[in-house]
Amino acid sequence: MTVDMSQFYQVFFEEVAEHLGAMESLLLGLDVNAPSIDDLNAIFRAAHSIKGGAGTFGFNDMTSVTHVLETLLDKLRKEELALRSEMIDAFLEAGDVLKAQLDAHQNGGDVDEAMIAAVCRKLEALSAPQAAPAKAKKAKKKSPVAAIPAAETCHHITFTPDAGAALENLFAELSSLGKLEIIESGADKSPPCWCVLLTSTASESELRDTFAFFMQPEQLTFQPATASPMEDESYGFFTDIASPNATPNAVVEDDGFGFFTDIEPPQPTLESAGESAGEPTGFERSPGRRAADNPVLDAVRMGRRESDKVAVSANTDATTIRVNTEKVDLLINLVGELVITQAMLAQTTAHIDPVMHENLLNGMAQLERNTRDLQESVMSIRMMPISFVFSRFPRVVRDLANKLNKQIELKTLGEGTELDKGLIEKLADPLTHLVRNSIDHGIEMPEVRLAAGKDAKGSITLRAFHQGSNIIIEVNDNGAGLNREKILAKARERGLPVHDAMPDQEVWQLIFAPGFSTADVVTDVSGRGVGMDVVKRNIQEMGGQVEISSEQGYGSTISIRLPLTLAILDGMSIAVGGQIFIIPLTFISESLQPRTEDIKSISGQGTVVQVRGAYLPLVALHQVFGIDNAISEPERGILVLLEADGKKVALFVDELVGQHQVVLKSLEANYRKVPHVSGATIMGDGRVAMILDVASLVRIHQEPGMERRCA
Amino acid sequence: MAKTILAVDDSTSIRQMVSFTLKGAGYDVVEAVDGQDGLDKAKSKSISLVLTDQNMPKMDGLSLIKSLRGLPQYKTTPILMLTTEAGDDMKAKGKAAGATGWLVKPFDPQKLLDVVKKVIG
Repeated sequence: MTVDMSQFYQVFFEEVAEHLGAMESLLLGLDVNAPSIDDLNAIFRAAHSIKGGAGTFGFNDMTSVTHVLETLLDKLRKEELALRSEMIDAFLEAGDVLKAQLDAHQNGGDVDEAMIAAVCRKLEALSAPQAAPAKAKKAKKKSPVAAIPAAETCHHITFTPDAGAALENLFAELSSLGKLEIIESGADKSPPCWCVLLTSTASESELRDTFAFFMQPEQLTFQPATASPMEDESYGFFTDIASPNATPNAVVEDDGFGFFTDIEPPQPTLESAGESAGEPTGFERSPGRRAADNPVLDAVRMGRRESDKVAVSANTDATTIRVNTEKVDLLINLVGELVITQAMLAQTTAHIDPVMHENLLNGMAQLERNTRDLQESVMSIRMMPISFVFSRFPRVVRDLANKLNKQIELKTLGEGTELDKGLIEKLADPLTHLVRNSIDHGIEMPEVRLAAGKDAKGSITLRAFHQGSNIIIEVNDNGAGLNREKILAKARERGLPVHDAMPDQEVWQLIFAPGFSTADVVTDVSGRGVGMDVVKRNIQEMGGQVEISSEQGYGSTISIRLPLTLAILDGMSIAVGGQIFIIPLTFISESLQPRTEDIKSISGQGTVVQVRGAYLPLVALHQVFGIDNAISEPERGILVLLEADGKKVALFVDELVGQHQVVLKSLEANYRKVPHVSGATIMGDGRVAMILDVASLVRIHQEPGMERRCA
Repeated sequence: MAKTILAVDDSTSIRQMVSFTLKGAGYDVVEAVDGQDGLDKAKSKSISLVLTDQNMPKMDGLSLIKSLRGLPQYKTTPILMLTTEAGDDMKAKGKAAGATGWLVKPFDPQKLLDVVKKVIG
């Protein structure tokens, strides 16, 4: 067959990932004591679909795992076995194995064979009837085909015994050799043609010896042994069908197909009859099957390959399509260019006579509206609900809570809140770290909780919501809360600048210091993995901020504040010596014109400015970038108060130009990394403007003690 | 005019494979994502052959076959079940529901075409 199956792999991979995800969340939601039959059916269907696809596309390793999985699930949904929590654990493990196998097929690499074998053994043991209360309603007619250990092969045997042969004895013998499945019963057929599948360690010749007691060798056909019992089963019709293409005896009942009713044989078309003369097999006669030299089909195939990443997503909703993210990014980029062009046009036409060019200006106004709408719609394509990240946590919480013998309930709120896909992907790791921290260090052991008068079961709440052009994600636990004294003691030990009167907010920020282990300080439980400093850095790289609030004995809440999207930014443009810079609006708290007496010089520490009783370090932008013709006296310019990482500075600039949305362009990708600059944008007049990296500007003046309240 | 085949399967990859194979052989293919979708599409189109999966959400293959046989225009239309279960039990159920035949999954494209050709040429 000339159909290139690999063109369907991508869709299959996505499908499997979807099924595995659905399976996992259903499993986690199952009530062990009263499982919903609908959920069991849905889980079974997911496993079944994976098995079907894996078999079709030749991923036999996945077929064998799903097969054992499905066998047990089938017994559960038929209520032959009662659900137990070990089963859910085994199912989850099988899901992990399948994920690993999927990943190996997708990205290359190997899967731990021992792990696969262990899971299969576990599932097989669980499906054994004696392993569970015998709730079986009736014994199954055929023995269940379980996983096939490596040494076993699956024999596909077709035989036509003499009438009246003692087949019970034969089947008893075969069953003793391995797992026997009767595909086709010949009991009430003439001739009595049987077809069986035998999964056994016995070789073909050993099996032939067994059969020799019951029939002549010529009554017996072995088909090539395969790794999977599914491989040899084929197709069939329920009754004889006279086919124009098949030879009279070609209706192979034992090949697993048949017809119930007589079917009008299709009349060969003139075209196919004419062609059939020169072509060797009936298969090739079908019009259009001469695919290789059919230009139209080739074109279809080409088209198929180009668009193989675009597929109708069937399982969720037939009205959605999957599109390669590169295409979306290109679209967003193009819209960004359009926004810039529109802004340039607007600037150019701003000064023309509105009476003379009324139509042109009307058109410009409409263009602006359309551009904005287009931009909004395109940006929304990249938005995904945060449930894509949240959905992994039921499993994380369950596994870790079991390991630590804690009782934890996970609540998620606002799963539908949308944010940029790029952010979603980057958010997963930091958020996982925070949730693990809450489980490990936040929630106490059940007895400790009871002693403190709390419910033995702790709770962790994940919440997401929009606030202006930001999204806030909160990880809240009702555990022990942070211990202020311990954190301060540890900070002193590490030589960090602290004092007892520090506000809580600043104390909590200490745990973000590099190497500041939350483990030995906050709860004395051994920690693991990266520290909170990495979490904070990751969030900052996304343009976000992390805040902590905590109440000892009542729990902690860690809030992540992120911009909705990375591609467009609300900015304030400022001028210094004729050059324009953009400051992201989120960092600006206010701007003011200072009085001469508010500016003070501190020897060796630069200049500070007094703002409503607080002294802030003053950063002169013209000095940072070495711009010559700028205003040098702060009182003649403007101070923009910036706030980042809990620190404030006053940025001294010549003037404020205006506030607008800018499209971010990477400076690193197009030029190179420049200190204190996070990116660039193209202004309405076509000039390039630098976007300031506020976090790094704030760090310029981070000497301790710079910001002090006046007495 | 090319004959139209209705391919009902909840698995996108398998549906695409079936559809691609059949279109390559010159058939028109209508795809449906579950039994209910299949029934709706069968009502609005003229179908020469129905290929349906058994295990699907909303409506399974057997129910689809029964529903189709209840429609006057589908009394005699060939319907093949594409199923991973080829036990006698499933065959009896398929026969009772009114299926014409079965094709066991997994199948390769050539096998599919062989069977389809046997039924509708």
